Amino acid sequence: MELDAARMIGAGLATIALFGVGTGIGSIFSTLISTVGRNPSVQQRVFPYAIIGFALVEAVALYALLIAFIILFV
Amino acid sequence: MASPLEQFAIEPIVRITVPDLGLDLSFTNSSLWMGIAVACSYGLVMAGTRQRALVPGRLQALVELAYEFVAGMVRENAGREGMRYFPWIFTLFMFVLFGNLLGIIPGAFTFTSHIIVTFTLAIGVFLGTTAVGFYIHGLRFLTFFVPSGAPKIMLPLLVPIEILSYCFRPISLSIRLFVNMMAGHTMLKIFVGFAVALGILFGWLPFSIIVALNGFEIVVAFLQAYIFTILTCLYLHDAIHLH
Repeated sequence: MELDAARMIGAGLATIALFGVGTGIGSIFSTLISTVGRNPSVQQRVFPYAIIGFALVEAVALYALLIAFIILFV
Repeated sequence: MASPLEQFAIEPIVRITVPDLGLDLSFTNSSLWMGIAVACSYGLVMAGTRQRALVPGRLQALVELAYEFVAGMVRENAGREGMRYFPWIFTLFMFVLFGNLLGIIPGAFTFTSHIIVTFTLAIGVFLGTTAVGFYIHGLRFLTFFVPSGAPKIMLPLLVPIEILSYCFRPISLSIRLFVNMMAGHTMLKIFVGFAVALGILFGWLPFSIIVALNGFEIVVAFLQAYIFTILTCLYLHDAIHLH
């Protein structure tokens, strides 16, 4: 197989990681919504944690993007 | 068709080289925008605190908001003893925030989208917090790598894993910031390419996506600066309180 074709396939395979990331982000915000639903007064306190959690999970998605770029261009 | 990654090229503005040593000390577009970020941050804080009114005007209220935001973050996550390091954390936050925000201006350069810049900041955080830990606790800082309540027999497995995850911190910190910035700007550039290619008739569709993406980029700029700073505060907490 040529190098360029293998690179394209590798970069495409790297996006499989986004499956886990989507699950993670959905899980975080689903818990946030049900927590605020049970006890609306804690919304101010748990929201920063939800945002931190979202940013950390999104970082994993971007690690996968980084690997895709490294496979494609390096 | 230009590549969307061309926008990250570093162009020297004032070329200063030492060819004998192979050094390139040029003043580049990256340095220029770092200087602009520092000037903006300094100017904002200086102009905002000039009046020193008891009931703040708009600019002073903005500066007080930023100060209280970072001070609250440090106090809550690193404790009262962590406030000693507040100037460093505030500078870090302002530098990363202005770096991210200034890059959204069309035609500007996002200096935080380069791994070398974010890695330098992250290594500074890593070495700084480790130094704080060793300064406060001496060699007892190494007990940080022994999780409490672990059975003694698992220690030869756990301690290397703990050390590895500790040393992974600057890598994850730097990559998170740099990839967020690079991915955002690359995505913007790709949609701009679509808008130009589709022309006036259908170009409004990618253009509306670009408008939405720019708004999202502003949110991501704030968010990534906040995440960088709060993780630094958490690492500081680990260094000061050892658990």
